[in-house]
Amino acid sequence: MNEQRKEGIVKAFLWVTGLTSVFVLLSIIFYICVNGIGIISLEFLTSYPYRFEYGGIFPQIVGSLLLVTICLLFATPIGVGSGIYLAEYASDNILTKTIRFFVETLAGIPSIVIGLFGLAFLVHYLFGFSVLSGGLALGFMILPWTVRVSEEAIRAVPNSYREASLTLGATKWQTIWNVVLRSATPSIITGILLGLGKAIGETAIVLLTAGSGLEAFLPISIFDAVGSLPVYIFMLATQGHTSAAFDRTFGASLVLVTMFLIINLGALLLRNYLIKRQR
Amino acid sequence: MQRNTIMAIVIVAIAIVAIGLIAWQLARPVGGELTIAGSTTVLPITQECARLYMEEVCPCTRISVSGGGSGTGIQQVGEGLIDIGAASRDLRSSELGQWPDLQPVAIGKDSVAIIVHPSNPIDDLTLEQISQIFAGDITNWIDFGGDDAPINLITREEGSGTRGIFEEKVMEPFGKEIAGEALVKTSNGEVRATIATDENSMAYLSLGYVDETVKAISIGGVEANVENVLSEDYPIVRTLWLITKGTPNTLAQSFIDFVLSDEGQQVVEDLGYIKVKVE
Amino acid sequence: MRRIKEKIIEKILLFSATSSILIVFFIIAFMFAEGWSAINLDFIFGLIWHPKTNEFGILPIIVSTIIVGVGAVLIALVIGIPCAIFLAEFAPNWVRNIIKPSVEMLVGIPSIVLGFFGLMLIVPFIRDNLGGRGECILAGWIILSIMTLPHVISISEDAIRAVPNSYREASLTLGATKWQTVRNITLPNAKSGILASLILGMGNAVGETMAVYMVIGNPNIPWIPTSILDSVRVLTSTIVMEYGYMEWGSPHQHALFAIGVVLFILVAIINLMARYAIKRGMIGR
Repeated sequence: MNEQRKEGIVKAFLWVTGLTSVFVLLSIIFYICVNGIGIISLEFLTSYPYRFEYGGIFPQIVGSLLLVTICLLFATPIGVGSGIYLAEYASDNILTKTIRFFVETLAGIPSIVIGLFGLAFLVHYLFGFSVLSGGLALGFMILPWTVRVSEEAIRAVPNSYREASLTLGATKWQTIWNVVLRSATPSIITGILLGLGKAIGETAIVLLTAGSGLEAFLPISIFDAVGSLPVYIFMLATQGHTSAAFDRTFGASLVLVTMFLIINLGALLLRNYLIKRQR
Repeated sequence: MQRNTIMAIVIVAIAIVAIGLIAWQLARPVGGELTIAGSTTVLPITQECARLYMEEVCPCTRISVSGGGSGTGIQQVGEGLIDIGAASRDLRSSELGQWPDLQPVAIGKDSVAIIVHPSNPIDDLTLEQISQIFAGDITNWIDFGGDDAPINLITREEGSGTRGIFEEKVMEPFGKEIAGEALVKTSNGEVRATIATDENSMAYLSLGYVDETVKAISIGGVEANVENVLSEDYPIVRTLWLITKGTPNTLAQSFIDFVLSDEGQQVVEDLGYIKVKVE
Repeated sequence: MRRIKEKIIEKILLFSATSSILIVFFIIAFMFAEGWSAINLDFIFGLIWHPKTNEFGILPIIVSTIIVGVGAVLIALVIGIPCAIFLAEFAPNWVRNIIKPSVEMLVGIPSIVLGFFGLMLIVPFIRDNLGGRGECILAGWIILSIMTLPHVISISEDAIRAVPNSYREASLTLGATKWQTVRNITLPNAKSGILASLILGMGNAVGETMAVYMVIGNPNIPWIPTSILDSVRVLTSTIVMEYGYMEWGSPHQHALFAIGVVLFILVAIINLMARYAIKRGMIGR
């Protein structure tokens, strides 16, 4: 076979596989959209579920948002603070290396392990099934990720910036606050948004710590059990067997995927903006 | 300058969220919260009663109802994680030994039906045949005049009250154990959803869950229905329990009273279970 | 005054760094404390998992987990790597500008949605066309490979594009065709990045819980599978099935936490391998 011909075949093969895999991925989104769009209505989004497979998903939407809010309130300050400390203050010794190793190892810890920890520690010993338990457990999940992205973003700031600021007589913290963070903030936010995307779709942790998913009320305190979209989808997808249940599962999936895509789109746009600014 | 504005906005946003959370905590009304978990057999009853209770008796209460299985319900109420545990089997002596202050209240009766896909030609089996099938001794429908297809067994998890009764009444009299190949589903809803989609499957299910998507077969010529269970012609009958730890608090007591009221008992009957007291 | 402020801020940052380390450390320590007593040779190499009789052997579960994880990554490799090569080397710019962001958008798509998709389409398809129960290893492979695909494509594409253009130009000047250049020059140089993407994908696949739980079957007593149409149990699905009725303080509870520890160690090893692969690639360049 001559090289020209071979080249053509390989090229055709790559086009086909490339487009196929993208097609498969997009067709799932498409499948969810086509089946879910029918049930989406103001009523579905603002009413409460009842009798397992009827009613709307308002408490679930609110619950998911509450859980990720608690998660961010917990993970962002600690995570970004740790990132700054590791990148700017800590000297490069065996201790910081160990810390970094731990953080990186934990960034990939399976969510069910965090869920089990949350079930034992947060639910069993402290708060019961509640918004707080669920939010904190989600926070534990994205904390290592937040530390890592903040540290990387801060390290990526060129040293010349810092030196220039220090030469002008600024203190270390003034330099970090005015110069370093200024240029690192967009990438930190990108990282946190990606973490948020993970948290909002996370099912195992919320199932073990927050509530049954079908709660037909809004929590009034952070110690109340709370429903959430992923657990709602899990309940209806595995236990539903009527068209009413499937419709609602598709509808809830569509809402969840839309939230997730909006978050990811935000992260993506921010990153593109960042790349442009660097040029 | 611009960055200071953004920072200000972020700080204000965080402050608003924090104040909102605090206000949310302070404004907590006196309605109180009730968490119920456990048997998925009892789940439809508690869910519907909770909805009616929140609508009619006391709108400011928030009743969280979830499944998990009888074992979970007894476990969690014993540990004080929830207010009311639901169980579809009697308390075991080991459980009473661990938590002597558990107080069960009977709220209804139920049976366990043996179910197959509606297209399955099999109508009737003896208890012994059923035990042989579930033990994995007979593995093909052809032995009963059905198609030449393997019998796909579905079972519940070990904590399930439905499984407990099934093992006690069907498997143990013949000295058999449920086969290892049986797939485990963790709720009655999941069992029903699976049977409804798999033509060759077989399972046991709470009688209250039986509907037109599955077919209940008769045992030794006795059909699985409410009359036969009441007359004790049908071999399996069990009591459904709501369990509290010690004397129930006012809200729990009021909810249990509601379930036992005429309206609550009507729900029990409408959902396909049997009232606790038959006039 | 200024100096005091500096000191306070540094202490606050130190505090947050210490607390995040402590949290991480506490989670690990807690899991080990709860699970350690159940881990012994019988636990790792035992063949029977039967909580009722206090028999806890997880070898079949570990084997199934590895089979499911490796298979999913192999599928992702067969589909994802050509796609990455296509995007990095052959696709016209406008195609790439559409596809790359859409693939990246799907990284980390909520797995519960994929599980639902599998339950609605893939499980019935397998049951009706290939036989068996439908809920099987194959269904798990498909769902997990869809889940890891965006990761694999996106990271491998980055790795391929990171190969300096001068390498390609040199090869092309010498008369090699584009494919020869890709095969002989670009891919060997991007190898470690691609490998890392696959290992990371495997880590994700092994740790994934809900989607797998929904399509994998979960037999009453776990076994070592003999066919890809067998239903199996994996580490994560065993925890989800049984956490509800474990008795606190019983051997069953310790065994479930021990499964969590095993899972944690397995994924940590996989992630370390990925780190090693990335590092080696960087030194090599």
